[in-house]
Amino acid sequence: MSIWEYANPKKFMQTSAWLLPWAVGLTVLCLGIGLIWGFFFTPDDYKQGATVKIIYIHVPAAMMAINVWVMMLVTSLIWIVRRHHVSALAAKAAAPIGLTFTLIALVTGAFWGQPMWGTWWAWDPRLTSFLVLCLFYLGYIALWQAVENPDTAADLTGVLCVVGSVFAMLSRYAVNFWNQGLHQGASLSMDAKENVSDVFWLPLLICIAGFVLLFIALVLMRTRTEIRTRRAQALMARERLA
Amino acid sequence: MMPDLGKYAFAVLASYGATVVLLAALVALSFWQRARAKRLLDEVEARAGKTDG
Repeated sequence: MSIWEYANPKKFMQTSAWLLPWAVGLTVLCLGIGLIWGFFFTPDDYKQGATVKIIYIHVPAAMMAINVWVMMLVTSLIWIVRRHHVSALAAKAAAPIGLTFTLIALVTGAFWGQPMWGTWWAWDPRLTSFLVLCLFYLGYIALWQAVENPDTAADLTGVLCVVGSVFAMLSRYAVNFWNQGLHQGASLSMDAKENVSDVFWLPLLICIAGFVLLFIALVLMRTRTEIRTRRAQALMARERLA
Repeated sequence: MMPDLGKYAFAVLASYGATVVLLAALVALSFWQRARAKRLLDEVEARAGKTDG
């Protein structure tokens, strides 16, 4: 069996109908456990006090803000190269989710930054690259709305997605490229010395899993909506021709 | 039960509150769009069914 079978809308609708309840259930489980554990049962940080509890939403949201764009890049490239409509619709469906995660990362970062840095906002490399990523998400969504022909819209947004990927990567590696900013280094790293303390690490990992599952559940649901809308539009176009 | 957040209570609770609001808005929008698409497709398919036969 080939992975490209799932590019068939009918096959995608069948598979996603089966997957969706599992994704929703696991999302509720992971977010419930991770957030309750993190909020109620972890100690304050010796430097940052109770603000460390923001890590359980800020870090997963920031990670997903970048990873959603990477997913959109992959699906856009599949559209550009192989012309599979489901992949273009999946990219379209993912954009509002990525925008929401980016907004969560920016807002929670501001609430965290104010008591720690003494400012809500700084033109720090990571913060600035996240703001640019947020603008790219808005531009991407607006471009889908602005172009009437869906194939042309998929082509143009695909190109925008490739360009925006530079900023998605900059958001990820800004703290490594320019270390003069206020933002700290990565909270999770392959280098154990750089990682957050063990007491925060496990609930954080569960929250990250919860955010990944939330994205999967929402993108499946929203892609199904896009497929239904596209089918309705095709039938209406046929009606007009008849 | 509620942990003592001390002087950081506003920062922590506002972060969680903003996250809940943004995620709830996204989920509500997704459900609304899903219901609208389903209704539209059902209507169009019903019309197409009548026309076909």
